[in-house]
Amino acid sequence: MSGLVQRIHDAVYGQTQPTVTVLSSLLAVEDELGYIPKEALEFVAEFSNATVNDVWAVASFYPNFRFDPPAEHVVDVCWGASCHLVGAMNIFKSVLEAAGLDDEGDTPDKRLTVRFNSCLGACSQAPVIAIDHHLAGRVNPESAANHVTCLLQQDGHGK
Amino acid sequence: MASSFLEIGLEAGKRWQELTAGERPWIRIGTALCGEAAGAFEVADAVEAALESQGVSATVSRVGCLGLCFAEPILDVQLPGGHRIFYGNVDSESVSEIISTHVAGGTPITAKALGYLAQEGSTAPVPDGIPDLNKHPMKAWENRIVLRNAGNIDPLDIYQYIANGGYQALHKSLTDLNREETLNEVKASGLRGRGGAAFPTATKWSFLAGNPAPEKFVLCNCEEGDPGAFNDKNILESDPNTLVEGVIIAGHATGATKGYIFIRHGHNGPIDRCRAAVDQARELGFLGENIMGTDFSYEIEIALTGDSYVAGEESALMEAIEGKRAMPRFRPPFPAQVGLFGKPTNINNVKTLAYVPEIVSKGGEWFAGIGHDTSTGTVILCLSGNLKYTGMIEVPLGMNLKDVIYEAAGGMKEGKTLKFLQTGGPLGGVLGADNIDVLLDFEVLRAAGAIVGSGGLIAADDSTCIVDLTRSLIAFCQYESCGKCFPCRMGMSHLLEVLERLCRLEGTTDDLALMQKIGVNMQAGSLCGHGQLGFNPVSSALRYFGPEFDTHIVEHTCPTGTCLEPSYSPAQSRR
Ligand SMILES: Cc1cc2nc3c(=O)[nH]c(=O)nc-3n(C[C@H](O)[C@H](O)[C@H](O)COP(=O)(O)O)c2cc1C
Ligand code: SF4
Repeated sequence: MSGLVQRIHDAVYGQTQPTVTVLSSLLAVEDELGYIPKEALEFVAEFSNATVNDVWAVASFYPNFRFDPPAEHVVDVCWGASCHLVGAMNIFKSVLEAAGLDDEGDTPDKRLTVRFNSCLGACSQAPVIAIDHHLAGRVNPESAANHVTCLLQQDGHGK
Repeated sequence: MASSFLEIGLEAGKRWQELTAGERPWIRIGTALCGEAAGAFEVADAVEAALESQGVSATVSRVGCLGLCFAEPILDVQLPGGHRIFYGNVDSESVSEIISTHVAGGTPITAKALGYLAQEGSTAPVPDGIPDLNKHPMKAWENRIVLRNAGNIDPLDIYQYIANGGYQALHKSLTDLNREETLNEVKASGLRGRGGAAFPTATKWSFLAGNPAPEKFVLCNCEEGDPGAFNDKNILESDPNTLVEGVIIAGHATGATKGYIFIRHGHNGPIDRCRAAVDQARELGFLGENIMGTDFSYEIEIALTGDSYVAGEESALMEAIEGKRAMPRFRPPFPAQVGLFGKPTNINNVKTLAYVPEIVSKGGEWFAGIGHDTSTGTVILCLSGNLKYTGMIEVPLGMNLKDVIYEAAGGMKEGKTLKFLQTGGPLGGVLGADNIDVLLDFEVLRAAGAIVGSGGLIAADDSTCIVDLTRSLIAFCQYESCGKCFPCRMGMSHLLEVLERLCRLEGTTDDLALMQKIGVNMQAGSLCGHGQLGFNPVSSALRYFGPEFDTHIVEHTCPTGTCLEPSYSPAQSRR
């Protein structure tokens, strides 16, 4: 078994809850690898007694799944109504600018992903962003851009 | 072997006494999602570091949300046998002073305190010069039923829940009442579902109770994808045991064999705390075989979904638990006949189930005495937008919405004027500033074109363009449409196209009629509430702000000038 398939195997078989499904298995792989490689679609299909097509139907439905290796860091910017009303659009502008992107997605060097999130669940602290899944509220364009710059300056890049 | 409930209660009482009146001060820090976003975990770490470096001994708990999110991070200190004294907007620097002066030195920092909460049984004098937090506008209107423990107890410690009356309702339901009597209490309470449709809970339960199948399920819906609503996740973070107890009692009353609590993947705070509550309930014998020595056996499993708003629709939710695409099912058959894995099933919202323990403890009539008309009990509102005080409050139904905004929430932020409220999530509606003199009542709000829905209340000031906000709401609905039926899938896309045209100031007079036509088709032809209600944001916006749409179309100007700014939302539908 290749290293990748081994990790997929361990994630899928490591599920402890009683109800194990195609979706729960995909979520387990996503937690382990940060994405769903082609090998995982095949593995989960075999494991669930389903076709790769069935598994792809589920995987492609939920936008939290991605199908290529993730960037080093991820910044989520909320575009829900609460954030929208207190300036989220300017946060987008500054975060995208700091990341050097025009729209949501990965930077070419795969250091950073910027995602649009429809609600991060802390609306009372709007506008909210999440830096590597850690929430930061009451941000302004400058502080949000700072968060991005700090991430990009962290050690350990250029591997 | 689990101890008896009496023994567990005694142990819980002893531990609580030790916490509140033992030798060590107790420091609590609000760490729900709202706290996290304000930096509460960093503050908690700073507290532990300061205690260590100053050589001070104290108990530190990461609790849930007190509701006053605007002042987060919030920390409070309770000296042994004393009252709780709160500090707001705490940062790592002020922590050191609080530890040395208050926790170690015993003197509250009056100038920095947000308020105090007097503790029952404490003989200590109330602190001089510090306001009573219960008189804060945000707390003064409250009647906390579901949120009674929120911010007060450690959500990861079931004993603290039990010490505050937890699991007595389950004990009562299992030993003093039988199934029918439990259901009758819920019926007498007049409780209606808090997931959006306000359907009478006891009626729904009776469908499942009446089904003799050997295997039946209760599902708790914590999908909560509504932007602007965070109360379900907040309950799971602040007092997950209340919900778990409610899910167990619902199982008993309906004769179900298993409960599922359904949460969106990735919200780790709510998920982890809920898991702990289920595990601890099992350890104490409140789940599993022969609960509390009776013949009632029941299990609870936590099921996760991927990102999908429509997964919160009850039949799509069952598809998601079964591991499929979250697409709604045709009905009939209804869930009480053919539900999850083909078995009879009952689905309720988090808030609905979290009311149940108190209803069973205090009796249905007590609950029915709170509220307005057939809207009984309280409502948990999430206040966000340009308000002075943002956060979460639990107030009686029947309260005037105007008072919620201008009294409890302290009105708008300085220098801002209210233009409208967006209520009840993306399928809800807007209410113009002149039309908020209405009662919080399921029927009254619906007649006004808005809904209570999930309890989200977002306040927009007069720099907001209604066309721009409507575009944003429809962008959400379009992005989230599951794509199963075309009136919704295509209707949403067309509505968005029209609204984008209006925002570019290129709309024509035909566009309003076109939107109406699309809306009628969506309402009549969609399979689930997403498409059926998805025109609400547009229709309520037109109802209160028709002239502003006209200005965009006829004069080709946007009065607030915000429409021409770039607007970001996911580029296209994901389906
Ligand atoms: C598109 C859509 C999304 C929904 N999302 C939720 C949700 O996130 N949480 C919820 O409790 N109910 C949601 N509902 C309502 C559920 O279908 C269902 O009515 C509710 O969970 C029943 O609980 P209740 O009787 O306690 O209100 C949604 C409905 C629709 C049409
Ligand atoms: S109305 Fe919309 S969300 Fe509901 S089933 Fe149809 S396409 Fe899916």
